Amino acid sequence: MIDETLLKNDERAIYALRTLYKQYGYMPFKMSKFEEYDLYVRNKDFLISDRIITFNDTNGKLMALKPDVTLSIIKNGEDTPGYKQKVYYNENVYRVSGSTHQYKEIMQTGLECIGAIDLYDIFEAVSLAASSLALISDEFILDVSHLGVLSALLTESCEDEGFCRAAASCIAEKNAHDLARICAEYGVDADKTARLCAFIGIYGDMTTVIARLETLCVSAAARASLYELRGLCDLLAATPYADRIHLDFSIVNDMNYYNGIVFKGFLSGICEGVLAGGQYDKLMRKMGRTSGAVGFALYLDLLEDLQGTPRAYDVDTLVLYDGATPPTALAAHVRELTAAGKSVSAQRAVPQSLRYREILDLREGK
Amino acid sequence: MINIALPKGRLGEKVYAMFEAAGYDCPSIKENNRKLIFENAEKGLRYFWVKPSDVSIYVERGAADIGVAGKDILLEYEPEIYELLDLGIGKCRMAVAAKKDFRDNGERTLKVATKFANIARQYYARLGRDMDIIKLNGSIELAPILGLSDVIVDIVETGTTLKENDLEVKETVVPISARLIVNKTAFKFKTAQIERIVRDMKEQVKTDD
Repeated sequence: MIDETLLKNDERAIYALRTLYKQYGYMPFKMSKFEEYDLYVRNKDFLISDRIITFNDTNGKLMALKPDVTLSIIKNGEDTPGYKQKVYYNENVYRVSGSTHQYKEIMQTGLECIGAIDLYDIFEAVSLAASSLALISDEFILDVSHLGVLSALLTESCEDEGFCRAAASCIAEKNAHDLARICAEYGVDADKTARLCAFIGIYGDMTTVIARLETLCVSAAARASLYELRGLCDLLAATPYADRIHLDFSIVNDMNYYNGIVFKGFLSGICEGVLAGGQYDKLMRKMGRTSGAVGFALYLDLLEDLQGTPRAYDVDTLVLYDGATPPTALAAHVRELTAAGKSVSAQRAVPQSLRYREILDLREGK
Repeated sequence: MINIALPKGRLGEKVYAMFEAAGYDCPSIKENNRKLIFENAEKGLRYFWVKPSDVSIYVERGAADIGVAGKDILLEYEPEIYELLDLGIGKCRMAVAAKKDFRDNGERTLKVATKFANIARQYYARLGRDMDIIKLNGSIELAPILGLSDVIVDIVETGTTLKENDLEVKETVVPISARLIVNKTAFKFKTAQIERIVRDMKEQVKTDD
């Protein structure tokens, strides 16, 4: 029997998430730790960090310790009309941490739905992302955005690539003051500048945000994306976590790879997003696939920061013994204590840093 | 409770004055003692002073919900935060300066001395200019005078130090001012409180103008 109190946050999450993903027909996907380096060179902008640990295989081929899982899953699949490959994984990836600037082994779990995806598949992925967060903590927020809305509003303001990049970066920071300055630099008119700055201020519950977007999305492209977003929101409204799902357009994933719906999950007490995902049909095209895809990853290493109740003791009973203590008597005492559900540490002397509830002293003369 | 990281020094004092005027006062901060953290439990506020270049780290890592940092620091370290307000104080500019008689004819690699390696690298990358960064931690103005570099990329306020050393501004890289920044997760879970503070601080910016 598993004592759940002994499990760390990430271990508990892995177990619960595996059950959740299997329930929705996602199959486990186990892969090698290594991949040919070439795969990452061709798609390095897709990676969170482009610094990769490489080594030469015995045949001289340049290999890499996997910095990412999605690329390998896409590479190993094939398009079959009407078919959808639904997989989940639980893998370690190796990349440079944004905070320490050093290589880190990061435990990542997630799922991918690849093939002829439709609105239901996108809804299922977003809804499973919310359920995944709910399994870890009651206090979570899942932010959802539509890159089509963002892209349409940017290009209808100014088609210059430099403008779109700089403006998207301001939107990611919710930085309206610099966005206004950039609009002025590129000669964007006052109405369009005001619309973009208003767009930054739109976030919150799905109903309120959709209502405000109705007035901002005027072009055909923006309205088409809004229509898709509204369709997703209608489905999400019926889920148990509807009030925890917010719309927020500051999620600006790389638009060369992602398209449509993107999302990011936050847990109270963890200073950065723990879950990221979205629709990545453009990445599929770049890799020679014709179908679509949606998926997400959950960064389990970040769960260490979730505050649990600290344990007052390391063990319940410290059993002290010496050369005169008969091993059979020692073993019997330990057996009796563990059978009673107590944790035990048998030692010849009291360890300096061990915190224990009680001592059972079996040393000679005690 | 909202944790606010203020930059130590003159700028921090100006920023606190803005918070105070906006109704987010914390009288204990003005007491002359060696305390590091100052709390107004009634208003649910906790202030602490940190080195200006560390403010964005405290905010990015969630030790502070809100902080005030110069745009120079934000551009240099590119922290993952929300930048919600330009406070309009601490105004200066990041500039390229050199000896008055220096002319960059583009014939050779430009030697650039700076504390802001990332900002300098991005600026010259945009111009497509080949350059060599010399990372210094202080007295940047010395570098071109002693021939260590051709130019410097540094913060210029009044330009007096440059003038006194026979240097002059050649190009402005970017205008700088103090920005109110917010941790992303804190924004999700303390939205109403943070929005209220930002709104009230915005009014102070207008008053100052």
